[in-house]
Amino acid sequence: MDIKYTVSNNNLTVFVYGELDECSASQAKNILDRIINDNLNSQKVIFNLSGISFMDSTGIGLLIGRYKKLIKHNVPSYIAGATPATEKVIKLCGLYNIMPKY
Amino acid sequence: MENNKIKIEFLSYSENEYIARGFVSVFASTFNPSVSWLSDVKTAVSEGVTNCIVHAYPNEIGKIILELEVNNNYLHINIYDFGVGIDNVNKAIEPFYTSKPNEERSGMGFTIMQSFMDDVKIESALNKGTSIFMCKKLLNSVEE
Repeated sequence: MDIKYTVSNNNLTVFVYGELDECSASQAKNILDRIINDNLNSQKVIFNLSGISFMDSTGIGLLIGRYKKLIKHNVPSYIAGATPATEKVIKLCGLYNIMPKY
Repeated sequence: MENNKIKIEFLSYSENEYIARGFVSVFASTFNPSVSWLSDVKTAVSEGVTNCIVHAYPNEIGKIILELEVNNNYLHINIYDFGVGIDNVNKAIEPFYTSKPNEERSGMGFTIMQSFMDDVKIESALNKGTSIFMCKKLLNSVEE
C-alpha cells in the first residue's frame, strides 16, 4: 500500500496504490489523515483508486471515515478511477451516495 | 481433476489475509476463472478472514482454518475460527450492522459475502467459534 497526493486549483487528489484491507487500513488511515489535516482548506478532495489492486469492506470503512472527517470541515469528497472489482464493492455499499464518482 | 480439496491453517495476524487471498487465487487458477469471478471469491474470503481477525479474536491471536473444495462445478470455501462466537447471527448479517460502532467499520462483511457468493451459511457458538460455509458456481458451468 502506498499513498501519494497532488494539490491543484485548491483540489486535493489522493492516489492510493496496492491492497487496502485489514492489514493496511490503519497505516493508510494515518497517512490519509496527515495529508487531509495539511490540506483542510481544500475545495474538494478526490480519492483516486485507480492504483488499488484489491479492496474489501475494510477499505469502505476507511473511506467513510475520511468522508466524515472532511464533511465536518465542509469539504466534499469524491471517488475517481475505481477498477471494476473495487467499484463492485463501492456500489454494493452505496459509497457513491456520499462520495460521488468524479 | 473433478474433485479437489485443500486446507490451510494460519494465525489471525492481519498480514495473513494477503496469504489467504493468494491461496484461493492459486487454487482457483486450476480451473481458469475469469478476473471478475476470482475477484468476487478473493473479496469474500477477505471478508471472512477479517471477521475472524477483528471479531473472533479481538484480544488474542488464534487459529483460522481455510478449506477449499471444488466439487460438482462449485467452489466451496469454509472458514473456521475458534474464537468468541457471534451472539446473534441474524443481527450480524444485517447490512451496515457492526458490533464495533466506535471503529471505522462498514458493517458490510457478510453482505459482501452473500452478494459475491452463491450461498453463505453461518454457524456460531459463543466461546466456541464461528464457521462460514460459502460456495460459488464455477464459471464454465454457468455458460453451459
